[in-house]
Amino acid sequence: MSSEERTPVAFSVAKADDPHMQPKAQNPKLAETLIGLVMLAGIGSLIGFAVAYGMNAQSWIMGGTLGAGVLFLGFGITAWGKYLMPQGPFVEERHTMRGNDDERERFKAAVVQRGGGILGRRKLLAMIAGAGMSAFAVVLVIPVFRSFGPLPGNTLNQTSWKQGTILVDSTGRPIRVNDIAVGGVVTVYPKGLENTDNGQAVDQTILIRVGTEAVVTQQGRESWGPNGYVAYSKLCTHLGCPVGLYEQQLELLVCPCHQSMFTVTNGAEPIFGPAPRPLPQLPLFVGSDGLLRAQGGYDQAVGPGFWNRETSG
Amino acid sequence: MAEKTKQQAKSSFGPVGKALDELDDRLGIAKGGRSLLDKIFPDHWSFMLGEVALYSFVILIGTGIFLTLFYVPSSTVVVYHGSYLPLVGQKVSQAYATSIDLTFSVRCGLLMRQMHHWACDIFLAAMVVHMARVFFTGAFRKPRELNYVLGSTLLILGIVEGFLGYSLPDDLVSGTGIRIAFSIIESIPVIGSYIAFFVFGGNYPGPQIIPRFFIIHVLLIPLIMLGMVTAHLFLLVHQKHTQFPGKGRTETNVVGTAMFPVFAAKATGFLFMVGGVITLLAGFAQINPIWQFGPYDASKISYAVQPDWYMGWLDGALRIWPAWEWTGFGYTWPLEIFIPGVVVPGLIFAVVQGWPVLERRYTKDNEIHNLLDLPRNRPKRTAAGAAVFALVTMMFIASSTDVIANYFHITLEAVLWSMRILVVVVPIITFFLTHKICQELQASQGAGKRKRANVVTRTPDGEYLSAPAEPRPGDEHVDLEPEPVPDFLEDPVVVRERKELLSPVSFTGVRNVVR
Ligand code: HEM
Ligand code: FES
Repeated sequence: MSSEERTPVAFSVAKADDPHMQPKAQNPKLAETLIGLVMLAGIGSLIGFAVAYGMNAQSWIMGGTLGAGVLFLGFGITAWGKYLMPQGPFVEERHTMRGNDDERERFKAAVVQRGGGILGRRKLLAMIAGAGMSAFAVVLVIPVFRSFGPLPGNTLNQTSWKQGTILVDSTGRPIRVNDIAVGGVVTVYPKGLENTDNGQAVDQTILIRVGTEAVVTQQGRESWGPNGYVAYSKLCTHLGCPVGLYEQQLELLVCPCHQSMFTVTNGAEPIFGPAPRPLPQLPLFVGSDGLLRAQGGYDQAVGPGFWNRETSG
Repeated sequence: MAEKTKQQAKSSFGPVGKALDELDDRLGIAKGGRSLLDKIFPDHWSFMLGEVALYSFVILIGTGIFLTLFYVPSSTVVVYHGSYLPLVGQKVSQAYATSIDLTFSVRCGLLMRQMHHWACDIFLAAMVVHMARVFFTGAFRKPRELNYVLGSTLLILGIVEGFLGYSLPDDLVSGTGIRIAFSIIESIPVIGSYIAFFVFGGNYPGPQIIPRFFIIHVLLIPLIMLGMVTAHLFLLVHQKHTQFPGKGRTETNVVGTAMFPVFAAKATGFLFMVGGVITLLAGFAQINPIWQFGPYDASKISYAVQPDWYMGWLDGALRIWPAWEWTGFGYTWPLEIFIPGVVVPGLIFAVVQGWPVLERRYTKDNEIHNLLDLPRNRPKRTAAGAAVFALVTMMFIASSTDVIANYFHITLEAVLWSMRILVVVVPIITFFLTHKICQELQASQGAGKRKRANVVTRTPDGEYLSAPAEPRPGDEHVDLEPEPVPDFLEDPVVVRERKELLSPVSFTGVRNVVR
């Protein structure tokens, strides 16, 4: 069969001078030349990229050539579409989303009447099936979540500091009474934990020498600061950033995250910023070997607040 | 029957036509395919914003796959022996070591990392602006509420995805961000510490974070987003575009350019342009120089703690909220974290996502809307949207209180209190100001359009006449009456040669015409 024998298709044809078919460019020949040149420049730049890549050139050269190449190409193709192709405007009818009334009624009947009716006839069975599905969901979800991590228990209330723990710096060197000059600061960890996740993230403590005499930061802490040393948890009580800045003149510890400020000689009371609580203080003593040691753990949880946080006292 | 098949096999339109016939035999693509090619795209620049988001998403996936081939998601400590000399001999996590190697030893690695990061920033920015266009023009109204919710959920997922990606290189700055995220989760009353332990696999930091964040970042969220993007685009095609009112444009049609080939050309080119811009930025503008930050150590901190911009507004809220921790009933209520870190962003997103419902409850408007609003014609909505933008912007500015204080030499205290006040006052002022501006724009005819000049002439009698000047070229855009997309464009060359017009219904293919 040849195509002539088919019923002819009624194609719609737009006349060449139909304004809908005109390019936007005022001078299409010129536009065509320019677009061609832009795309050629893109290809040139891409070849440049290939060379740069082959020579393992610097990143900005590769980025520059690749980026410019792709940008030029894209520019050319877009301009072709925008300036040389028919711009219309063309129109298309919308069909309403909604079905006609018949379709809607029959659809609803199937869902509500056929489905609901069958469920409704065996109410008990439906309820049991529903209960089964819910049980499945619960049984599935709980152990899955439980597999994801241990229960917090009392972990967040504890650190590794104990009675007699030796304070060491990040290299594991213990701190002797005369190691630090007045005004000096060092971050300390429980001996042996200076390279562990927990030691760094939870036990981290900031040791400051503010003088040579015993420092009493608060009533009841008479023995906590021997020989001018005070030690506070380095975890900000706001969101747990390391309180890493010591303003020596003002005797303030400053958290770089949101600028909470804590007074060093006054029990690390927050005097500015969003931190709600003082940094917990670590009670120290000087051992008979001359090393700085902890008298015990912190008297409360370190770091930011949480529901079952143990408070001091 | 057999004859009919044979007839179809013998195809018009050459080999491509034959291939299309074969496809249609099997898949039935002809009907839907033709209407897809005729799909009309309204011509307005603001409709390209969503495209920018889409294309940067494509680039994120491409560059992301490249990165996964080299990056090892492990916090195992290794001694670095790569080509970045300052780090040689240091103990770092494998994640950090491979990120550094990716940067310095893999050819194009730095470029790919920076492309990925820039694409992320552009992706999120494009989504925000795209959403603003949808909001201010009322494109979210019935029947498109679902697509609005899909889109705004994509924005939230994108923010989470960006945060997770930012965390992967395990450098000093990203680690601080993870620590803060842990603390925010921990602050949720009653169940916070449980959720935090389940998400992080134990107390912070632990060895699980990097591998876990990795799989969420490269598989889970991209997959969900890909599904949602697909649904978003499907709904867009199914429900068809909205359009601004104009000549020939009604609630029951769409006017613009056709999908094929005009829009296809423009869109392909635009994809390349977005890619080109991202590549150029990645080549010339350094972003996230992790080798300068150094490896993560939970007890160290960089003073340049600035999150990526899309997290900045949350950081600002945490910074200026007062230190209101409350201890009651034997438990700690960390409201100073929970409110700004969870409740405030939750409320903002709830209002944004729930807006279509809120607005409908207020206007009682249950009609289908396919024609867009001009923002000025909906002063209340426009003012409300502007106020939310003002609020988020002020929160963002509040995340640099220290920088502001240093720069202007004022005390932190003064900056803090100014920000606390501005965060409340600026959105309120913005609301009323925007409302007023909208009303004035409505009142002044032709606002925003260029005025035509007047030509004054003097007659020989000395009489003055004033008439509007001829429109300057390009000034007056004459809108044509829109027409359906034709099957053929008459070939001007043929017309010139044959000097005779062809009957529009008498032929079955281009070949026949020419012969
Ligand atoms: C969906 C949107 C996505 C966003 C917003 C996003 C965002 C980010 C960001 C901001 C980074 C930090 C980059 C740096 O500066 O090094 C990152 C890293 C990374 N992303 Fe993505 N990403 C997305 C999708 C993907 C996908 C689909 C993959 C892979 C299939 C991927 C793989 C990676 C990898 C492996 C890294 C670590 C690179 C490194 O450490 O150097 N990302 N991402
Ligand atoms: S974490 Fe220290 S002030 Fe926010």
